[in-house]
Amino acid sequence: MADLTRPYDVLVIGGGNAALCAAISARRAGASVLVLEAAPKFYRGGNTRHTRNMRCAHDAATEILTGPYTEEEFWQDLLLVTGGQTDEELARFMIHESKDILNWIVEQGVRWQPSLGGTLSLGRTNSFFLGGGRAMLNALYLTAEKLGVEIAYDAEVTDLQIEDGMFLGATLKQPIGGATDIRASVLVAAAGGFEANIEWLKEYWGAAADNFLIRGTPYNRGSILKMLLAKGVREIGDPTQCHAVAIDGRAPKFDGGIITRHDSVVFGIVVNKHAERFYDEGEDIWPKRYAIWGRLVAAQPDQIAYIIFDSSVVTSFMPSLFPPIGAPTIAELAAKLELDPASLEKTVINFNAAVQPGTFDHTILDDCRTEGITPAKTHWARKIDAPPYLAYPVRPGITFTYLGTRVNKQSRIVMKDGKPSANMFAAGEIMAGNVLGKGYAAGIGMTIGSVFGRVAGREAAKNAKN
Amino acid sequence: MHGTRILDEADRLMTVCNSCRYCEGLCAVFPAMEMRRAFSNGDLNYLANLCHGCGACYTDCQFSPPHEFNVNVPQTLAVARAESYAAYAWPRAFAGSFARNGLVISLIAAFSVAAFIFGFAAFNDRQILLGVHADAGAFYKLMPHNAMAVLFGAVFLYAIAALVMGVRAFWRDIGEPVGMKTNIASLFQAMRDAGELRYLDGGGGGCFNEDDTPTDRRKIFHHLTFYGFGLCFAATCVATLYHYLFAREAPYAWWDLPVVLGTLGGIGLLIGPISLLAEKWKRDPVLVDAQRFGMDVAFIAMLFLTSLTGIALLLLRETSAMGPLLALHLGVVFALFVTMPYGKFVHGIYRYVALVRYAQEQRAIIGE
Repeated sequence: MADLTRPYDVLVIGGGNAALCAAISARRAGASVLVLEAAPKFYRGGNTRHTRNMRCAHDAATEILTGPYTEEEFWQDLLLVTGGQTDEELARFMIHESKDILNWIVEQGVRWQPSLGGTLSLGRTNSFFLGGGRAMLNALYLTAEKLGVEIAYDAEVTDLQIEDGMFLGATLKQPIGGATDIRASVLVAAAGGFEANIEWLKEYWGAAADNFLIRGTPYNRGSILKMLLAKGVREIGDPTQCHAVAIDGRAPKFDGGIITRHDSVVFGIVVNKHAERFYDEGEDIWPKRYAIWGRLVAAQPDQIAYIIFDSSVVTSFMPSLFPPIGAPTIAELAAKLELDPASLEKTVINFNAAVQPGTFDHTILDDCRTEGITPAKTHWARKIDAPPYLAYPVRPGITFTYLGTRVNKQSRIVMKDGKPSANMFAAGEIMAGNVLGKGYAAGIGMTIGSVFGRVAGREAAKNAKN
Repeated sequence: MHGTRILDEADRLMTVCNSCRYCEGLCAVFPAMEMRRAFSNGDLNYLANLCHGCGACYTDCQFSPPHEFNVNVPQTLAVARAESYAAYAWPRAFAGSFARNGLVISLIAAFSVAAFIFGFAAFNDRQILLGVHADAGAFYKLMPHNAMAVLFGAVFLYAIAALVMGVRAFWRDIGEPVGMKTNIASLFQAMRDAGELRYLDGGGGGCFNEDDTPTDRRKIFHHLTFYGFGLCFAATCVATLYHYLFAREAPYAWWDLPVVLGTLGGIGLLIGPISLLAEKWKRDPVLVDAQRFGMDVAFIAMLFLTSLTGIALLLLRETSAMGPLLALHLGVVFALFVTMPYGKFVHGIYRYVALVRYAQEQRAIIGE
């Protein structure tokens, strides 16, 4: 059990990649460190639990990476996905530091593996954790414990005492033991976003948020973020935005993780509860097509949609947890989905009639398209005519939120008046909006977490000694 | 579905794992799983026998209990593995021996030892049984070499025949989709993978036993046991060659090859099983097929007793205890042989066959 009565040099709030990198790096720099993780031990680590790789720049191929990925290329990719909504100085700093993270994270006990089946498209840019994100977390926790970092689980911080940008202390509430005042010289906030806080999401999304499924644990409630913003910290990122993908409608409310996703959109059509198509299913290739559908479904009535395809394409995409719902005719499929059979038949007939001849190739923007229907399907359009007909119900699956705390290159929190905080730092999703104003590129969340976590820990230790 | 609760559960888990694939770097099970979208009984038995029970996928899994997806691959495959031994046992009438394996093996061992002791007593004078024999051919004063060779040769051949029949049924069941034929390269690859326990390694991160830290040392203890057994078996083979080719009769001097091999092997076969048992005792119950504890312990105990009685015989062979000890040792070895196809021994055979299949599948992918 962590000793909660003594004062610490550095208090880290959070328990994911960024928090652990901060804790380890602060401890290695000589500071005494306490980590407070709100979740129970099994659910520790926030969204890191569900990650599997990290995007780091490197100048040459390695044992696990198939080719070079220069800083400039990384920067261009980031510009592309964010549409320029990024702080160039911070982003370039992060990209530069990411090179060294490839080795540093291994020194903290994390193991890499080459990308294998299903992820080959990322084999050059992204490094994969052996055993996935939870294995990575386990390794970091083990290292932190060995170094003497104190860790408490089920440790929810209910209040932060902050005056004029100066962190004074925190109030901790635990199921056993009740409220405790924690004293520390420096704070590192690495407690993630608010994607699991339905009430907060409702402020921007209204009742629709009730139909959102949350891909991570119920513990990502953003309470630390809220406290910081209420106590004079400058915010960054669009508070209304979140990263949402289409996931299976049968997934649990929380923590369904990677296995509930569907990447079959391009192989069929997507209809809403009125059995009508509402967007070009063939607009773009992975990963973009993957990332836009959560938002699209969120805008549909009751936040539900159905991917409709036929038996000719079932082996074209990764298997998913839930089997497709199938029926010998479109009308019977509609009945199973509780859609109007006549409407779905009409949608499919119209779609099939609009499909133009072409050569199908799902790896490129091919020439299979429709003509004469709205919305068009501009690529990979093929007739849905091989029974049995199949469907996946999909709902918006919320991955993370963009709202965060402003930081500088030291990972130091910036206050509303523009002054850097005397002793508060932030790392990970809670400050990701500095670099990632919108969009997403696979593995970049982990890069933000590790780079800024490491920097925050180092700077926090330095700060505590002064 | 599959007809048994455990195969249904294994099917459910492989569907979960196949839509995640985070564990694909840990061992052979997950890459083999990825080659399939649906799983037959044979596929599941193949995957179950491919699993070495390193536990890494349980500790690494974001969906392991208490998560509602309740993913526990090591335990599920351990149960499925044990049930597959019974499913492929030959003759079918003996399949039930796997259900209460600890009891079955204990009884057979007890009867076997008793039979040898009574046999020795019945066929030998008291002076010979409890006499001191130190010269060449000493053992055969108590039991003629030919009787020994015929009895043990027969039981050994029976064990091999029963194992071959089991393997045949297993291979047929897992045969699809690569086909039934195998090749030399795959046989060698599997020999290497089995010989170094390549997949008892968590993909390089280590294995798990008592908790969520990768501190497991079962690999070393298994090597001691396996190679200890191998050396003891080699000692027996060399001695048989000595006897028939060179007409050199046991017991041999301490420096002679059968004794050196047997002693080294015997030491491995003492330390290995005892350590494996100790590790098994500590093992996190969540990883274990608790119902098969008896089967595991019985096999470990038989190996240990084989070695213990053998070494006791070596140390005391020039005393009057030699006769009873020889009866004891032969009784244990006889029981070990006769129960080979009906106990934990088969795990090595089926795992090897699964590894051959895996090597073959991997070659087929590369060849494409």
